Amino acid sequence: MEIIVNSSYIVATVLFIFGLKLLGHPGTARKGNLLSSLGMLVAVVVTLLANGIVDYTWIAIGFVVGGIIGALAARMVAMTAMPEMVALFNGFGGLASLLLGWAAVEAGLSAFVLITIFLSILIGGVTFTGSILAYGKLSEKVTGRPVQFVGQRFANAALLVAILVSGVLFVMEPTNVVWLYTVVGLAALLGILAVLPIGGADMPVVISLLNSYSGIAAAAAGFAIENNILIVAGSLVGASGIILTQIMCKAMNRSLSNVLFSGFGKVSKSAEKIEGEVKPLTADDAYYVLEAATSVLVVPGYGMAVAQAQHAVKELQELLEDNGAEVNYGIHPVAGRMPGHMNVLLAEADVSYDLLLEMDQVNPRMETYDVAIVIGANDVVNPAAREMEGSPIYGMPVINVDQARTVFVLKRSMASGFAGVDNPLFFKENTRMIFGDAKETLNTLIRAFGD
Amino acid sequence: MEIVYQVFVLILAIFVGFELIRKVPATLHTPLMSGANAISGITLVGAIVAAGITEEPTLSKYLGAAAVAFATINVVGGYMVTDRMLAMFKKKEGGRK
Repeated sequence: MEIIVNSSYIVATVLFIFGLKLLGHPGTARKGNLLSSLGMLVAVVVTLLANGIVDYTWIAIGFVVGGIIGALAARMVAMTAMPEMVALFNGFGGLASLLLGWAAVEAGLSAFVLITIFLSILIGGVTFTGSILAYGKLSEKVTGRPVQFVGQRFANAALLVAILVSGVLFVMEPTNVVWLYTVVGLAALLGILAVLPIGGADMPVVISLLNSYSGIAAAAAGFAIENNILIVAGSLVGASGIILTQIMCKAMNRSLSNVLFSGFGKVSKSAEKIEGEVKPLTADDAYYVLEAATSVLVVPGYGMAVAQAQHAVKELQELLEDNGAEVNYGIHPVAGRMPGHMNVLLAEADVSYDLLLEMDQVNPRMETYDVAIVIGANDVVNPAAREMEGSPIYGMPVINVDQARTVFVLKRSMASGFAGVDNPLFFKENTRMIFGDAKETLNTLIRAFGD
Repeated sequence: MEIVYQVFVLILAIFVGFELIRKVPATLHTPLMSGANAISGITLVGAIVAAGITEEPTLSKYLGAAAVAFATINVVGGYMVTDRMLAMFKKKEGGRK
């Protein structure tokens, strides 16, 4: 029997690996996801049939409850709310690892198994509360500003020591539930304290990292219950999550430790004074400029998601194309609140993905664009990253829209972006600010084209 | 020996994970993250065993049942959301230059 189970786990692993591989290319990604879900199905079905399961009642209840919640949530979530949804799912995965580690506790286990149980509870707990807090920050139920308090480092260090101590006590005396509860509680606390000081703008990195943690937690649980498929699939996710996190940090030109520990709020007051004046423009006047343009670059940001403007953007794109202009989208790797957030939204609006260019593709040819339209993006187009050494985002690669012939910035107000940094772009000679709700502005433009 | 063998598996899987993700275009980061997230719901397999291995009403059994529910949310929701996103990634006909 065991040989059947283990061989089917090999099949599942192969499906996971191929699935992840195919997920890496736009054309095959959907098939990849399907393969990976097939792998999961194989693993689950075989486990149900051939692993000495004697009582199906509670499994069925768990399936029904979890399945309905998961399916409904996945169906109903708006594309703009995708980042927080992923965070939430991820948190539940972490919680499952915590519970599984807990369930594995019994008398007479070896120290090694107890340590892996401790790890799966610890990492699972951190993943759970960390993800829930990330969800809160992204959906703006909790403040997105980095929360820092005096003695934070000391508190964190003390917490780590406390966790280690209670971990050791738990391993020495696994039947004493006090230590177990302490570990669970402290792990939950650690997850909150770890995410609290990180600003909302950095949440994409955090989610990616927490995703990696949930994999590691699953792998640790796999050691605890001696199950290879958990070890393999968990570590696959753990490793890929870490790489993805690194890619994202690189895109922001920051190290991971900088993201995790420094907050983002330390705006240096010594920054050079921004010169120039803001030149507002009405949408109707903008139309005349756009009508004459032959190449247009659209740079979307989180504001596009908030205004739900992706469909209007697509409509404008078609009108511009009918008018003989070439339209491209410049996508910054960390635009929005999740990597590739903008791509998902534009895909929802049916924008062909070969029009979406990455930062490195648009920057060299920026001078050739007649108009760059910035829709709800701020920090990712901030020239301060190149020009102002005092700026907290100095050194971060940005889309250099200021080098296009004309820049339109669609924005609700002069408020600064998520990072809380002033943006000299708004004061540039070739920049025109079009104030108002992005969607309304776009609709005005669309109507103007219609007339 | 069993432990060494498991660590062996762990290390290999980590390398595969690193190699798989290294060169993925930013376009796909979100679906990739949510797809990988669904895989981490593999905890479900362990949870099933914990919830069904005995008929005794032990604490472990109920913890396992709760784990089944949460892992199922992760798995079902994760795969469905990923599929929903990927279904939208289309290339317009004749859109290629």
